[in-house]
Amino acid sequence: MGALLLLGIPTLVIFAFFLSPEDDNMKDAVRLLYIHVPMAIFAYVAVIMTGIGSVFYLWKKSRWWDTVAHASAEIGLIFCGLVLVTGSIWGRPTWNTWWEWGDVRLVTTLVLFLMLLGYLALRQVPANPEIRAKRASIVGVITAINIPIINRSVEWWENNTLHQKSSLTDGKLENLTLFTLFLGLMLTGVCYLWLMTHRFRVGWLQTEIENEGALGVLQERIAESTASSAETITKEDGEEEVI
Amino acid sequence: MIMRETMMLRDAWLITRKDLRIEIRSRIITNQIAPYTLLILVLFGFALDADTETLRDTGPGLFWVSILLVAILAIQRAVDIENSDSAQDRLLLSPISSLSLFIGKAIGLFLQLIVLEILMMIAMVTLFDSSIDNFLLIIVSAIIATIGIASTGTLYGVLATGLGVRETLLPILLLPVLAPVVVGATRAFGDGFGRVNADGWAWVGLLSVVAVLYTVLGMLAYGQLLEEA
Repeated sequence: MGALLLLGIPTLVIFAFFLSPEDDNMKDAVRLLYIHVPMAIFAYVAVIMTGIGSVFYLWKKSRWWDTVAHASAEIGLIFCGLVLVTGSIWGRPTWNTWWEWGDVRLVTTLVLFLMLLGYLALRQVPANPEIRAKRASIVGVITAINIPIINRSVEWWENNTLHQKSSLTDGKLENLTLFTLFLGLMLTGVCYLWLMTHRFRVGWLQTEIENEGALGVLQERIAESTASSAETITKEDGEEEVI
Repeated sequence: MIMRETMMLRDAWLITRKDLRIEIRSRIITNQIAPYTLLILVLFGFALDADTETLRDTGPGLFWVSILLVAILAIQRAVDIENSDSAQDRLLLSPISSLSLFIGKAIGLFLQLIVLEILMMIAMVTLFDSSIDNFLLIIVSAIIATIGIASTGTLYGVLATGLGVRETLLPILLLPVLAPVVVGATRAFGDGFGRVNADGWAWVGLLSVVAVLYTVLGMLAYGQLLEEA
């Protein structure tokens, strides 16, 4: 997957900046959408995955699902942050503003970003891993449930939003533009999976170390206490010393 | 079935009455949290150069930001009541269901916040010289927004308990979740005060969705959290 990304990203750059045409309305700003839209989609996918992982953790109490939820939330936070940054840069020439508070989708994406920050803050709290995982799972479910509000908000409060309707469903995009967008979508998907694989592995190993570390310390303490009690008994008997 | 629901609501009301009685006797809400609410409004006045027109325009937002800050104190207070003298263990040993506990505590918090909102509204109308255009919109949006704050606050209050970092963790977890409430309630209030050209009732729709969603989630999750908090 890493090799695919290594080849794919320069290809996307060539298509986005040199081969695809500029848009009639958005001009060159359209080129930002080749990463903005895929990242927005996969930020949502990541948060949904966190929600699914959290639900399965609450149901099965499986560490595997908890690690999936945690890994996906971290990647979701990065994607969400990049969506906000690229969206602001795109909004400046298109809407003539970096930020529009009246736009429900924009505001709710920011809320999602902040909720992910809270989720990860809870993840860092030193506590019993099971208690922490259960609480994080509940926060994860609530965060994921926030997604439909984001998606539906454009339709619910259409009059209050600046956000344009999906260019994909409008069918107004040219073939090359559409191809570049799908290339961006595919590469972002691969990037998400690649990051997930590695973050999951690191997360799993971290928990292993935590568990083994605790077990190791416990075994050391048991060995120490056994040795010291044996020493006391032998000293009382006065026959031989145990080192 | 109806009998069980009636019992559940009766238990919830018992919890609400218990919480309110403790608050009335301790007078922390009236002696400390209410003056703090007014203090925030006065400080906003200083911060915004005592320009009445600006204060009138920003009043709805200042109102809800102040309520959120005060709500965090009230939520922490509601959790403290249960943590002191192992009161929570005794509640868990009682035959009262976790659902009744959640509803009872949420109603208690809701009523406390409503009292603070009334006080704050009087202060805002007086200090900021604001006039209300649409009373119904103000009342409905305040009630629905407060339901959202109370139910979310009750759930997150217990969620952040027992980890040793509640004071700092609670705002980080709670405030983003309540951000849609602030946005919606501020817009609705702005329309109600005649300060912004927005459809206040559409924002009441957003507030209702959030209130229902988080109340249902709170009902489902509260019991699980309570046992280990």
